Amino acid sequence: MKIAVCVSHVPDTATRIVIGSDGKTIDPNGVTYIINPYDEFAVEEALKTKEKLGGEVVVISLGKDANKETIRKALAMGADSGILLKDDAQRDPLGVAKALSEEIKAQGAELVFFGKQSVDYDNSITGQLTAEMLGYNCVSVVVDLKLEGNKIVAEREIEGGREVVETSLPAVITAQKGLNEPRYASLKGIMAAKKKQIEEKPAAGSEKTVEILKMKKPALKQPGRIIGTDKSAVPELVRLLKEEAKVI
Amino acid sequence: MANKILTFLEQRNGILKKSSLETAKEAARLAGELSYEVEAVAIGSNIEDLESLGKYGIGKVTFFKGENLANYSSSAYAGIVSNYAQKADADILLFSNSAMGKDLAPLVCVKLNAGILMDCISLEVSSGDIVATRPVFAGKALVEARINSQKKIFTLRPNVFNIGSLGDNKAAVTVENVENPDLRTKVVEVKKSEGKMDVAEAEIIVSGGRGLKAPENFRMVEELADTLGAAVGASRAVVDAGWRPHSEQVGQTGKTVSPNLYIAIGISGAIQHLAGMSSSKYIVAINKDKDAPIFGVADYGIAGDIFEVLPALTEEIKKIKG
Ligand SMILES: Cc1cc2nc3c(=O)[nH]c(=O)nc-3n(C[C@H](O)[C@H](O)[C@H](O)COP(=O)(O)OP(=O)(O)OC[C@H]3O[C@@H](n4cnc5c(N)ncnc54)[C@H](O)[C@@H]3O)c2cc1C
Ligand SMILES: Nc1ncnc2c1ncn2[C@@H]1O[C@H](COP(=O)(O)O)[C@@H](O)[C@H]1O
Repeated sequence: MKIAVCVSHVPDTATRIVIGSDGKTIDPNGVTYIINPYDEFAVEEALKTKEKLGGEVVVISLGKDANKETIRKALAMGADSGILLKDDAQRDPLGVAKALSEEIKAQGAELVFFGKQSVDYDNSITGQLTAEMLGYNCVSVVVDLKLEGNKIVAEREIEGGREVVETSLPAVITAQKGLNEPRYASLKGIMAAKKKQIEEKPAAGSEKTVEILKMKKPALKQPGRIIGTDKSAVPELVRLLKEEAKVI
Repeated sequence: MANKILTFLEQRNGILKKSSLETAKEAARLAGELSYEVEAVAIGSNIEDLESLGKYGIGKVTFFKGENLANYSSSAYAGIVSNYAQKADADILLFSNSAMGKDLAPLVCVKLNAGILMDCISLEVSSGDIVATRPVFAGKALVEARINSQKKIFTLRPNVFNIGSLGDNKAAVTVENVENPDLRTKVVEVKKSEGKMDVAEAEIIVSGGRGLKAPENFRMVEELADTLGAAVGASRAVVDAGWRPHSEQVGQTGKTVSPNLYIAIGISGAIQHLAGMSSSKYIVAINKDKDAPIFGVADYGIAGDIFEVLPALTEEIKKIKG
């Protein structure tokens, strides 16, 4: 079976965000980029599935040349080949999903893994959008996955518990932390990844439906008061919560 | 041009979720401002008290009812909502940014050829159009954005939009029986995590970090949470250590929360943690290090030892709760 994994290339979570001079995007200066943390779970699950059922894992990323580092990381973990859908412009999720779905179709992948969320624009929808464009079934925010023939039983995280979902291939699964423990790339894997091919092609075009008008920093919370340094401050804290904040 | 807003009502076990009532109220507010019509759609097998939507400013509710629709089914729900949106000629759809809303809204988006903005924290009408504000980079920045397609979908962050005062109207409820829903993808079982409240839905959260020293000391956190009727949260450090389940993790790679009160106990306030909770309305920190970054966002702090302060706090709150 051909398995695809879609990975995004995002600022390290420790990055302090500085707004760019256009007032609409971030200033990329000094920002370190990494593979999106949730996409590591997606890559791991694709590799585990391949190890069990056989097949081939292709990694797809849409973006700039720099995205190749993230593709390389997935190749070092053990994916077979990579595709960069090149586009230097910033796309909205529908635009990303459109190009990814065309490529997945061309690849003939029947099972596709995404992360549940990209930790840059936090949209949490690219997997679902892509699934629907392909006419594939979709289970998002998956923490447990079982495949038997064509049948899929997946558990997805919801408020206060989990839903057990039944569906079938072809399908898109979006990975949540807890699905697995992503493997580290071995030295051998890293060496092998250097030899693996990353195919580059232009991303299929699509118009923008979402327009960002402005990016701004949230109003800074004013640091409050340190009321005391031991338990003698407790009655005052409780009074403030009750009378000033009125939250208890 | 169709001038209608359709809001999706989410139920679990036949009871409407608070977050979808917030969404309904916001739909009614927007409809007023835009001079649009507004109506709601619900899916399930039995749902209590749909007439009460009138109180939130919704006059019309259509309930798609089916034996096998009690549990969520993305294929069935997406089909029903998008067919109805087309039939009702709605061009703005609102969902809650809940687990269900996040799964369902993008499927409906593709079916309707709409544009979509997720996790909005405010919607404002400006020259007849809606400008949405949403957090990006886990709340380290905000964007104001607009959808340029004819049909528009917005999902609203729970616990941010105020329900405010309620009216006393009753909604007219129409029941549509659904005979053969598309159940290609369906929930066959819901597993609850033992009766606990989820951080994403709680109005008060008591969160613990590595300062608690050992997993058994979380009993103190749980006791304070029980006293307050709060949910228990955790930093990633204690989740990674296996002391607490990932479902409790707050932060950039955990849950984003905005409760009325967030109490951080023995949490340093790393940027990834702050990203998930700094929009809480009130923040209290207990940390023995007065320079810990958590105090930079806390409204009230005690720079002292957990093992002394926390039990005293629980006792004091028990007193006022009687
Ligand atoms: C990719 C990535 C994603 C991440 N995502 C998240 C996330 O989603 N959520 C998250 O929380 N973190 C996240 N982190 C981790 C984050 O960087 C911090 O490591 C983590 O939040 C620290 O947890 P902590 O505050 O419990 O522990 P520490 O930083 O060790 O802080 C413990 C605090 O307890 C105090 N303390 C100790 N003893 C006592 C005592 N007796 N009384 C009072 N105070 C005491 C100390 O002064 C200290 O401030 C992420 C990191 C990365 C790299
Ligand atoms: N530019 C991209 N290229 C490839 N995959 C992407 C891209 N953007 C998002 N994804 C995938 O979609 C998931 C969800 O992203 P998002 O909807 O942006 O939060 C990510 O975890 C990736 O798996």
